[in-house]
Amino acid sequence: MDNLELMKHANDVRKGIVAAVHGAKAGHPGGSLSAADIFTFLYFEEMNIDPKDPKMEGRDRFVLSKGHTAPGLYSALANRGYFPVEDLPTLRHLGSYLQGHPCIQHVPGVDMSSGSLGQGISAAVGMALGARMTGQSFRVYTLLGDGEIEEGQVWEAAMFAGHRKLDNLVVIVDNNGLQIDGSIDDVCSPNPIDKKFEAFNFHVINLKDGNDMEQIRAAFAEARATKGKPTAIIAHTLKGKGVSYMEGSVDWHGKAPNDEEFEIAMADLERIGEALCQK
Amino acid sequence: MSEVKKMATREAYGKALAEFGDSYPDMVVLDADLAAATKTGVFKKKFPDRHIDCGIAEANMMGIAAGLSLTGKIPVASTFAMFAAGRAFEQVRNAIGYPHLNVKIGATHAGITVGEDGASHQCNEDIALMRTIPGMTILNPSDAVEARACVKAALDHQGPVYMRFGRAAVPVINDRPDYHFEIGKGQLLREGTDVTIVATGILVNSALEAAEKLAADGISAEVINICTIKPLDVDLIVKSAKKTGKVVTAEEHSIIGGLGGAVCEALCENAPVPVYRIGMRDVFGESGSAAALLVKYRLDGEGVYGQVKEFLA
Repeated sequence: MDNLELMKHANDVRKGIVAAVHGAKAGHPGGSLSAADIFTFLYFEEMNIDPKDPKMEGRDRFVLSKGHTAPGLYSALANRGYFPVEDLPTLRHLGSYLQGHPCIQHVPGVDMSSGSLGQGISAAVGMALGARMTGQSFRVYTLLGDGEIEEGQVWEAAMFAGHRKLDNLVVIVDNNGLQIDGSIDDVCSPNPIDKKFEAFNFHVINLKDGNDMEQIRAAFAEARATKGKPTAIIAHTLKGKGVSYMEGSVDWHGKAPNDEEFEIAMADLERIGEALCQK
Repeated sequence: MSEVKKMATREAYGKALAEFGDSYPDMVVLDADLAAATKTGVFKKKFPDRHIDCGIAEANMMGIAAGLSLTGKIPVASTFAMFAAGRAFEQVRNAIGYPHLNVKIGATHAGITVGEDGASHQCNEDIALMRTIPGMTILNPSDAVEARACVKAALDHQGPVYMRFGRAAVPVINDRPDYHFEIGKGQLLREGTDVTIVATGILVNSALEAAEKLAADGISAEVINICTIKPLDVDLIVKSAKKTGKVVTAEEHSIIGGLGGAVCEALCENAPVPVYRIGMRDVFGESGSAAALLVKYRLDGEGVYGQVKEFLA
């Protein structure tokens, strides 16, 4: 799929994110929007998956370690055909299968329950090790927040993955620079992130613009070509990307737009979509 | 009289892993730099490629086990009870319990019979912690024979299982031809009419010794071995409580939230009778030999006997 098509899908994924958190009247739009292009590339291009057979044997796996950005994952899954896009606004509602955080037992396409920060990466590492031990060639991807990597368990997992040279594992850090209490530099800086993963024996890719499809494509190609080491992609992204008033704002980490704000957000994304269609 | 055979349940655990390695080819064993102490080293020697040392990182080990189970493996994650249920509680809850994954946890060095290491390593809270996780099965064997049976039953069970083993060598009490273990089924070891002693783990032996002494005093004690703390054999306990009218629980664990808690909850709802809980009475342990600690905290046969007498007085 070419970049323009992927960008159109990413814009639809963003619309689904806004619709989901608006419908839920809660949830985490900021970090879902910053990672929307990465979600899209993974599910529409990179991963060997089949929406009609979510548990397909030998499929690639994805673990959303930053589980609070479930709206991003769910929207990507819905737009890819795992379940109806119309269900997204039932997010977080009593009785909906779209739980507030990813749930393996209820949501088609979810490979691991997550939400408690720092834990998803360990499960992803276990899957990567399992692939090797069972002689399977599937790859494992996991997405972490840059605030999340303040959790010590992340580095336990990184140490293990580096030690075991799990080159079927790709760790992506959504480096949007903001966490709930403010800038990651002000709260408890995890920087330099790249040097930390290098020190844990990862091949590190600094993805300068993690919202640029061409650069995303190049990063995942480099990860795939890397042998003998796990890869960490440090993706520099913009929190809230695509919605004018959310971009770069920590206020939209975990807040839903009201009806008026919802209309503005959808209008923003409509304009972006129309511009993409002109290309 | 021949000498009583003794073996630590952790030793039986390690041997069982090695024994069942061939018949359960998907089983892999994880440890956190304690393979010599947890006895998973016995498995490692026989199946080096299926033993995964995660280093001193128990939280990550539980997550790795979760991930492995999602690729078809049957992971057995092993470390001391303090770290398995204590340090990694939330990983067990969220990465194994919530998705209900087929992970087995082998927790050794439970209770005060850890001995000399002292209170920092004497986990008297693990049963209480694990019991609160929906869908978790908890097995606490009373001797080496039962420990082996627990490992086999856990491997045959689909879903998360927490197995609790001890450090100290304890008498083998189940070495008999008709011994049969089934998850969720307690065992009536001695019939009685005056009081029921519901015991678990190494306190089963203490309870049997106490029952002998009580008999000498003309007190008829019924003894039930509850190896499966969860799901609890409520029927067996209620039936006995209705018969004797008085219940004592006995465990090498805090009296809060463990077997004592579970039995009280079950009896309150089904057959309220007076209950006395024998165990660690809301205190931390301390350094000392396992035998001396059992005496001090009144968990040996004499201690259980004395406490039952006081309860009945």
